[in-house]
Amino acid sequence: MSEYAVEFRNQFVALAGIVERNVYLTKRYFLWDLAFMVWTIANTLTIVFIARVANLPPAQENRLATQLLVGAVIWAFLGIIFEFVTETVAWERWEGTIEYTFMAPISRTVHLFGMAAYAVLYGMIRATILFFAVIAFIGIHIPNANFGAALALLAIASLSFMGIGIMTSVLPLISPEKGAQLGFIAQGLMLVVSGVYYPVSVMPQWMQWVSKISPATYVLRGDRHAIVDGSGIAWADVWPMLVIAVVATPLGLATFRRGERYAKKHGKLKRSG
Amino acid sequence: MSTLAAPTSTSVPIRRDVPAVEVADLRKTFRRRDKKAGRFAKKAWPALNDVTFTIARGECVAILGQNGSGKSTLVRLLSTLLINDGGEARIFGHDAFREEKAIRKLVNRVSVEASFFKKMSAAENLSYAARFYGMGPRQTKTAIPEILEKVGFPAERRGEAMENLSRGMQQKVALARALLTSPVLLLLDEPTTGLDPRSKLEVQDFIRQVRTEHDATILLCTHDMNEAEALADRIGLLDKGRLLFLEPVADVKRRFGVETLEEAFFAATGREFRADEVEDENDDDEYREVFG
Repeated sequence: MSEYAVEFRNQFVALAGIVERNVYLTKRYFLWDLAFMVWTIANTLTIVFIARVANLPPAQENRLATQLLVGAVIWAFLGIIFEFVTETVAWERWEGTIEYTFMAPISRTVHLFGMAAYAVLYGMIRATILFFAVIAFIGIHIPNANFGAALALLAIASLSFMGIGIMTSVLPLISPEKGAQLGFIAQGLMLVVSGVYYPVSVMPQWMQWVSKISPATYVLRGDRHAIVDGSGIAWADVWPMLVIAVVATPLGLATFRRGERYAKKHGKLKRSG
Repeated sequence: MSTLAAPTSTSVPIRRDVPAVEVADLRKTFRRRDKKAGRFAKKAWPALNDVTFTIARGECVAILGQNGSGKSTLVRLLSTLLINDGGEARIFGHDAFREEKAIRKLVNRVSVEASFFKKMSAAENLSYAARFYGMGPRQTKTAIPEILEKVGFPAERRGEAMENLSRGMQQKVALARALLTSPVLLLLDEPTTGLDPRSKLEVQDFIRQVRTEHDATILLCTHDMNEAEALADRIGLLDKGRLLFLEPVADVKRRFGVETLEEAFFAATGREFRADEVEDENDDDEYREVFG
């Protein structure tokens, strides 16, 4: 095998290793995950029940409940991605393994993509469970739903979410104490401007402009159309997400590299010990 | 094939015409809070000050020093975890600060704290670490039981969560993790600190075994003088970031006209050797502005 083929193989094995490790940890923390799932379902129900007090005709109430549900599920999905990617550093620092990971011959791109890939897989499974659990509980009717299109849009959006998540994952490198929390602030801000529970049109004009650079805007719009109206994948929703992914991913990686360099210069890689 | 003798997965050329480690005028300074000078004031704290030495291939060198003397900083610099402020370090001819990718394939490390995913088992932690070095499931299936057996880890506890293992057991797994990837330079940073006497001897025996069976160069940083004397070909003394000497034990004793390394330390620094003695009650981490 050529040197490049060996290197490619090694990096692929390393990427699989990160996914494998996260599978081990998910198994170990299964009961905690279950508890967190119950909390997420309860939280989503508190939002979807709002549709019941709007005094709308049944069809419109069902539509509003579905739209709220899509918003809540995407919030939960994005939360998983940001949690995993942002905590790439924080988690390993807490376990004490960070120095071993950062001195290993794995490319940082592969390292971060391994974390993000697992986050997307895990997030999609959780989002699917959440979606159907709430539907079963509250009795929403979605006879026209195009689940294939909804999942495909979520997968495309994941590419740009990964890029933005990688950008925020640098924060714990710069601030060991509070960096991880800042990642969740970024997630909240992104969803606020993206019309998580409301149409973008109700926001002030400047927020509507900001919404155009958020990938969540397009996946929320596309998934609502797919689930409520049974629409297919609209190119108008896809291309902005691809453009954002193409810009955000290299920017995220470059930001992380700078953060890593800063941490190594100032000795902030390891929290203590 | 023995795991310890297994070739490294690296494709990095290892030059035989250069020393394993060449360190020249290496400097690292951290900025730390200076409460006396004001709320936000910081002062520079030299963790390593113009350190120069070489280690030959296959040699075991021990660097002695109290806590805060700069030992861990040296290890972190050589393992690409810190960026230097001056000087240079080469490992088998590769620049430690410009050829990080190559260095990472050549070096592995055992530190004072075992550092594992605590909910994962020894076997799972080792397989996670091995993947980073290109070892697939087929390789680790045989290599992990083999290396764990070599370090004296009980087979029946391979699947047990790390958090249930004693400190000595965890340190054995840490050694196994470092050796699983067949590094040509092994950095041992206080590998036996905190271990009970029996575990300590077992770990030391294993380090000897590594030297005889495996083509590894070892840099051992410790404050245990007996351990340094028992394991190393040459002993260096790092004090307040300065390397005062690096010589065979007999030469050190002859140079200062003393019988023990403790006496040599006193002769070289004018102070008693106390492993836990740290200037300003700070350790390396606080030097590194962690709380800054």
